[in-house]
Amino acid sequence: EVDLEERLCELDLRNDSDVPDVPPPTDSTPEILKRALSGLSARWKNWWIRGILTLAMISGFFLIIYLGSFMLMLLVLSIQVKCYHEIITIGYRVYHSYDLPWFRSLSWYFLLCVNYFFYGETVADYFATFVQRREQLQFLIRYHRFISFALYLTGFCMFVLSLVKKHYRLQFYMFAWTHVTLLITVTQSHLVIQNLFEGMIWFLVPISSVICNDITAYIFGFFFGRTPLIKLSPKKTWEGFIGGFFSTVVFGFIFSYFLAQHQYFVCPVEYNSETNRFVTECEPSELFQMEKYSVPPLLQAVLGWETVNMYPFQMHSFALSTFASLIGPFGGFFASGFKRAFKIKDFADTIPGHGGIMDRFDCQYLMATFVHVYITSFIRGPNPSKLLKQLLILQPEQQLSVYKTLKSHLVEKGILQPSLRG
Amino acid sequence: RSLQSGCYSSFYLFDLQESESENKLDGETASDSESKSEFGGSSPVPTSDDTPEVLNRALSNLSSRWKNWWVRGILTLAMITFFFIIIYLGPMVLMTIVMCVQIKCFHEIITIGYNVYHSYDLPWFRTLSWYFLLCVNYFFYGETVTDYFFTLVQREEPLRILSKYHRFISFALYLTGFCMFVLSLVKKHYRLQFYMFGWTHVTLLIVVTQSHLIIHNLFEGMIWFIVPISCVICNDIMAYMFGFFFGRTPLIKLSPKKTWEGFIGGFFSTVLFGLLLSYVMSGYRCFTCPVEFNNDTNSFTVDCEPSELFQLQEYNIPVLLQSVVGWKTVRMYPFQIHSIALSTFASLIGPFGGFFASGFKRAFKIKDFANTIPGHGGIMDRFDCQYLMATFVNVYIASFIRGPNPSKLIQQFLTLRPDQQLHIFNTLKAHLVDRGILGSLEDA
Repeated sequence: EVDLEERLCELDLRNDSDVPDVPPPTDSTPEILKRALSGLSARWKNWWIRGILTLAMISGFFLIIYLGSFMLMLLVLSIQVKCYHEIITIGYRVYHSYDLPWFRSLSWYFLLCVNYFFYGETVADYFATFVQRREQLQFLIRYHRFISFALYLTGFCMFVLSLVKKHYRLQFYMFAWTHVTLLITVTQSHLVIQNLFEGMIWFLVPISSVICNDITAYIFGFFFGRTPLIKLSPKKTWEGFIGGFFSTVVFGFIFSYFLAQHQYFVCPVEYNSETNRFVTECEPSELFQMEKYSVPPLLQAVLGWETVNMYPFQMHSFALSTFASLIGPFGGFFASGFKRAFKIKDFADTIPGHGGIMDRFDCQYLMATFVHVYITSFIRGPNPSKLLKQLLILQPEQQLSVYKTLKSHLVEKGILQPSLRG
Repeated sequence: RSLQSGCYSSFYLFDLQESESENKLDGETASDSESKSEFGGSSPVPTSDDTPEVLNRALSNLSSRWKNWWVRGILTLAMITFFFIIIYLGPMVLMTIVMCVQIKCFHEIITIGYNVYHSYDLPWFRTLSWYFLLCVNYFFYGETVTDYFFTLVQREEPLRILSKYHRFISFALYLTGFCMFVLSLVKKHYRLQFYMFGWTHVTLLIVVTQSHLIIHNLFEGMIWFIVPISCVICNDIMAYMFGFFFGRTPLIKLSPKKTWEGFIGGFFSTVLFGLLLSYVMSGYRCFTCPVEFNNDTNSFTVDCEPSELFQLQEYNIPVLLQSVVGWKTVRMYPFQIHSIALSTFASLIGPFGGFFASGFKRAFKIKDFANTIPGHGGIMDRFDCQYLMATFVNVYIASFIRGPNPSKLIQQFLTLRPDQQLHIFNTLKAHLVDRGILGSLEDA
C-alpha cells in the first residue's frame, strides 16, 4: 500500500518536467502509403500522410452525408464511443489501474446508462407515432426517467460495493474521471444529434467551419506565421489565427449559400411511420428563402452593389463561423493542456499522422453546444408535436381549462373566428 | 522547487503514518470512534475542538465518552428544532436555507480538494471555482424562476429579456469561465489545474443539481420535501440506536460502525415513521398544496383544493394482516402508500450515499468534511444520504405523480407560430370531442 501511495505522490506533486514521457506511439501508417512515399524525406513524408488522411476523412464525411441522416446518427454514436474509450484508456494508463476490480465493466455500464437516458428522451420526441403503436415501448417511454435512474443507481451501488481497501483513492479518481468524460463526450454528442434533426445544414455548416478553421489557420501559420499565440500550443500563431478567422467567415458564407438551396439539407429530419424511413421534405422556412438586403454604405463602395440577395441563414452562419474561429480553438488549447498535463503526445493512434479521434474532435465539442444553445435561443420555438403529446397526457379537467384558455387567446388574436361552431 | 519537495516529503511521511493507523481502523466494531482522536494528527488539517464554551462547562464533570454522546444529542435536538422553525417560516426561507446549505457543501468539498493537492497558490483557482458555482446556479435558478414566476417575469422588461435568452446568457457566462481557465494554465501546474477543474465540475454536478431538485420537490408541496428528509434523518438515528443496543454483525467493511441489526431495525422503524408522519401531515393544506406565487400579493401561497392523493380512502387490509391488526378496512391517504416507497428507498439505498461519503473520507484520509457542527462534523457529513434521496423523489414525482404543468404548456403554446397554434388547438378539440369531454360543437 505504501508503494501505491508513493507512486500516487509522484504523480500528484512532482514537478511536471521530472516525470518521464509515456513512450511514443508506434507507427501505424499502412504499408501501402509507406512504400509509395519511401523516396521522400521525413518531413515531406509526414506532410503527405497528413494530407492524404485529411482528404480521406473529408471524402468519408461526404459519403456519409450522401447516405443520409440515419447513417450520420450512427457515425456520431461510434465517434462518441471511440472518444470515450480513448479518454478512459488514458485514465487507466495514468493511474496504472488495469487491475482495479470491476472498473472497466462499470465505466462501460455508465456509458450505456447515460446513452439510454439521452436516446430515450430523443426517441420519445421524434418517433412519437412509431412508439404509440407498440405497447412495450409505451411503458418504457412513460417511466423512462425512473428506469434510467434505477439503472444508474445500480451502477452507483455496485461502485460502492466494489471499493477495495487498498485502492480507495484510485477508485474515486476513476469514478470522477468517468463522470467528467461522460459529461463531455456523451451530452455533446447528443446535442450534435439534436442539431442534426433540426436540419442537416445545422450539422454540416458548424462542423465544416471548424475543419476549415483548422486547415486555413494551419496554412496561414505555415506561410506567414511569426508571432506565437499562446504558450500552450507553440505551433499556433496570431497570423494563423486571424487569417483563419477571415477565411472561415468567407467559407461559411459561401458554403451556406450552396446548402440553403437544397431541401435535403434545410428541412428538419422527420420520421415517416408509413415508410419507416427518415424524410427531409418540407416547405423551407423563412430562414432559407432569398431576401434582398441593402448593403451598408461602407461596403457599397468596395463591392459596387446596392442590394444583395442573401439567405437570412447566411447571417446566422456569420455568427457560427465567428464562434468556430474565435472560441473553438479554446477547446483545442484545453486538449493541448490536457495532453501536456498527462505527458501524452496524442490521445491514441487511430488515425495515422493525426492521432486519435479525440484529437480531431476536440474543437467540435464547444461548437456543438454553442449551435444547440443558439438554435434554442434564437431560431426554434418549442416543438409542437412534443407540446401536443404533453397536452394529451393531462387530466380531462386540465385539458378542458387549457382548451378554454387557448380558445380565448386565439379569438383575441383573430386567428380563430369567434362563431357558434367554436 | 524547494517548496514542492518539502510538500512532497511531508505528504510521504503522512502516508507512512497512515498505513499503521489504517489497521486500527479496520479492527473497530460497534464501539464509537473516540479513541481515534489521535487521527487528527495525520489528516492534512488538524481538527480543533469547536464545542461552544457553555456546553464544555456544563459537561465538564462527565467522562469523555458520555460527553461526546451528550454533545451529539444536544446538537441533534438543536438541528431538528431549527428544522421545525424553518418549516414554520415558509417556503421562501426554506429555499434560502437550501441555497446556503448548498454553498457550504460546495465550499467544504472544494476546500478538501485544496488540502489534498496543496494547491493554495494556484493562480485564479478559487475565483474560478466560485465563478462556476455562480454560473451553474444562475442557469438553474433561471430555469425554475421562469416556470414559477411567469407572470412576474413577463411584466418586468429586463427580466423578460433575461428569461427569453436565458440559455444563451448562461452558456456565454460558462464559456467565459472556461476560456479564463484555459488562459490561466501555468506550465508547472498543468496536472494540478486539470485535477481541480475536474474536481470542481464533479462537485457542481453532485451538489448544485441535487439542491435544485430539492427545490423542485419543495414547490410540488412541502410534504414532498419534509417526508423524505425526515425519513433519512429517522433512518440515521434509528439505525444508530438499534446498532447501539443490538448491533453485532458488521454490515460493510467501509463503515465498521454499521451493523445488519441497525440496518434492518432502521428500515422497519423508518417505514412506520413515514406512515405516521404522512398521516399527520396530509391533513394540512399548507403541506400538501403546491407552492404558488401570487402576483397580487407578491408572496408565496399554499392554498388549493387537495388532490386525490391527500383525500382519505378506504383500503381493504390483505387477509394476512387482518388477523394481526383486527380490522377489515382502514382509512388511509393514498400518499401514505407512496411514503412506503420513499421510506424504503431512504432505508435501503440512502445508506449507499453514506457509504460513498465514508469511502471518500477514507480515500482522502479525512475524518470529517469540516468542523462546522460540533460532534457531527461538517454540513456535508449530515447531508450525504440526502442527495440520492432528493434525486429519487424528483424522479418518482415526475414518473408517477405529476403530469406536465398546464400553465407551462400554455406558456410554450403562446410562443408558437399562429398556424402551429391553430393545428394544436384543432387536434386538442378533436381529442376532447372524441372523449366526450367537450359535449357538442357549441359547448365551449
